[in-house]
Amino acid sequence: MKILVPVKRVVDYNVKVRVKADSSGVDIANVKMSMNPFCEIAIEEAVRLREKGVATEVIAVSAGLLQCQETLRNAMAIGADRAILIETDVELQPLAVAKLLKAIVDKEQPGLVILGKQAIDDDANQTGQMLSALLGWGQATFASKVEVSGDTATVTREVDGGLETISLKLPAIITTDLRLNEPRYATLPNIMKAKKKQLDNVKPADLGVDVTPRLTTLKVEEPPKRRGGVKVADVAALMDKLKNEAKVI
Amino acid sequence: MANLVIAEHDHGSLKSATLNVISAAVAIGGDVHVLVAGENASAAAAAAAQVAGVSKVLLADGAAHAKLLTENAALQVVAVAAGYSHILAPATAYGKSVAPRVAALLDKAQISDIIKVVDADTFQRPIYAGNAYATVKSSDSVKVLTVRGTAFGAAAATGGSATVESVTAVADSGLSSFVSAELTKSERPELTAAKIIVSGGRGLGSGEKYRELLTPLADKLNAAMGASRAAVDAGFVPNDYQVGQTGKIVAPDLYIAVGISGAIQHLAGMKDSKVIVAINKDPDAPIFGVADYGLVGDLFELVPQLTAEL
Repeated sequence: MKILVPVKRVVDYNVKVRVKADSSGVDIANVKMSMNPFCEIAIEEAVRLREKGVATEVIAVSAGLLQCQETLRNAMAIGADRAILIETDVELQPLAVAKLLKAIVDKEQPGLVILGKQAIDDDANQTGQMLSALLGWGQATFASKVEVSGDTATVTREVDGGLETISLKLPAIITTDLRLNEPRYATLPNIMKAKKKQLDNVKPADLGVDVTPRLTTLKVEEPPKRRGGVKVADVAALMDKLKNEAKVI
Repeated sequence: MANLVIAEHDHGSLKSATLNVISAAVAIGGDVHVLVAGENASAAAAAAAQVAGVSKVLLADGAAHAKLLTENAALQVVAVAAGYSHILAPATAYGKSVAPRVAALLDKAQISDIIKVVDADTFQRPIYAGNAYATVKSSDSVKVLTVRGTAFGAAAATGGSATVESVTAVADSGLSSFVSAELTKSERPELTAAKIIVSGGRGLGSGEKYRELLTPLADKLNAAMGASRAAVDAGFVPNDYQVGQTGKIVAPDLYIAVGISGAIQHLAGMKDSKVIVAINKDPDAPIFGVADYGLVGDLFELVPQLTAEL
C-alpha cells in the first residue's frame, strides 16, 4: 500500500508575523519558512507505517511555489521515498488544493492519505476533509493514534469532550493532531540521501484542475492590541483588583 | 436569503456552540433554519425550535446519525442544502469535520472560524494564530462557514417558536464506524462557555500538582479548567483541556493562567478573555504582556493563598 502525504510550506511556527502597512497581507519576505508542524507529524506517521511493514511507499506532495521543493526534500529526509511538486504561483485555497490532490490520488492510487489537520498560516483546517469528500472516502480528523490492519484503519481522534475511536474502511483520509507522534530529526546522512530521491514536477494544468481562488482577501489587519496591565504585589492586592476594579469576582 | 445552521447536539439537547452560530446567522440576515441530524433527536430539535431567531428546524432522524459520523452528516446537509445561501457550523471538532466536506461536495469554498459578519458575502477571520485578521469576500453562490463561538453572543435559548419539519435521513455511507469514546466526565462548566477559567501550564510540574492546586481554586470560582499544550503533552490533563491556536478558543470573563509562559499558540486561544490574571515565577514571561493583573512568584505558595482568600 502506498501512503500519500501532502505537506505545506509555511512561515516557521516561531516567527511572529507582521501585518503589512498597506493591509494587503502579512510580510513574509525574509522570514524563515518551514514545513507546517502538522504535516511533519503526518510524514512521520506514514514513515512509521512503512517501517512497520504496513505501507510499501510514502509519497510526499506539495503545491505552490518552486521553493516548496525544500519542504519536499525535508519530507524525504524524514523518510518519504519520493515526492511530487505541483508548481504554481497562483494563491492556492483549500478547495483548489483538495482538487489538485484528488488528481494525484487518482494517478497514484494510495491506500491512505495522511495530512496535517491545519496549516498554521491560514489556520483553515479544511483540505483533508475536502479531499475526503471529493474522493468519497471516509475520514478521521484530529488523529492521536492510528492502527492499520488489513483494509481497516482504527483511529483515535481528539474531540471536544475527550477522545473518540472510529474505524475507517480503506482507502481513507486521516488528519493529524499534535499528539499522534513526535517527528524524528532528519539526520545529515538522510538529508544527503534525500537530495538524490525522485522529485517530480507537475503543473495544475497538467492535472486538469482549475485553481482560480473563490475568495478574495480584501484586507489584513492587526488584531486589536491587548495592553499588558499591571503587576500586583501580592494575593491581597490581586483580590482587591479583581473585586473592585475588574469586578469579576 | 436563507441560512442553514448545522446544529451540534447530543440528540437530547443542543450544544451551546449552536447558539453562537445562530447569532452569526441572524447577523447575516434572512431566515434562520437549523438542521438537527441525529437519532431519536426530537428533544434536540424541540430545543432548537425554542431558540430566538430560528424560524424552522429540520429534523433528520435516523440510524445513520446515531454516532454523529461526519460523512453521514455532510451527506445530510447536502441533501437539504438547496435554496440556502449560507450554511453555518460551529468551529468545533464536529463542525470543522463536517463543514469542509459539505463545501467540497457543493463545490464551494469554505470560510473557517469567522469572527465578524461584514456583509452577506464578506467575513472577518483570524489567521496566523490570531496575529492578523483577514477580511475575505466570497464569490460563491453559497457560503459555507464555521463560526468562532467566542466572537458571537449566544442566542437566547427560549423565546422562539419555530416549526419542526421532518426530513428523510440519509442512509449510512458505510465509510466509517464508531468504535468507542473516552470522554472526560466533569461537573464543571464547559470550557468554551465558562465565565471563569482556571488554566495550568508546565510550571505546575505534574498532574498531581495541577489537580492539588487548581481544583480547589476552580471549585471556589465555579470555573472550568484548562491547560496549555505543554501541560497536555506532559500528560498532566487530557487533550480536551487544551486552550490555544489548535485547541479550544475561549473568551471568559476571567482567565487565570497559572504556570503558563504564554507561547503565541496559547495566547491565540485566550487573549480575547475579558480579564486575564497570570501567576508565574518568571517576570519576563510573555503571558504578562497580555495579562491585566500579573503576580510574580512561586505558584505553589500563591495559588493556595488565592484559594484561601476567595
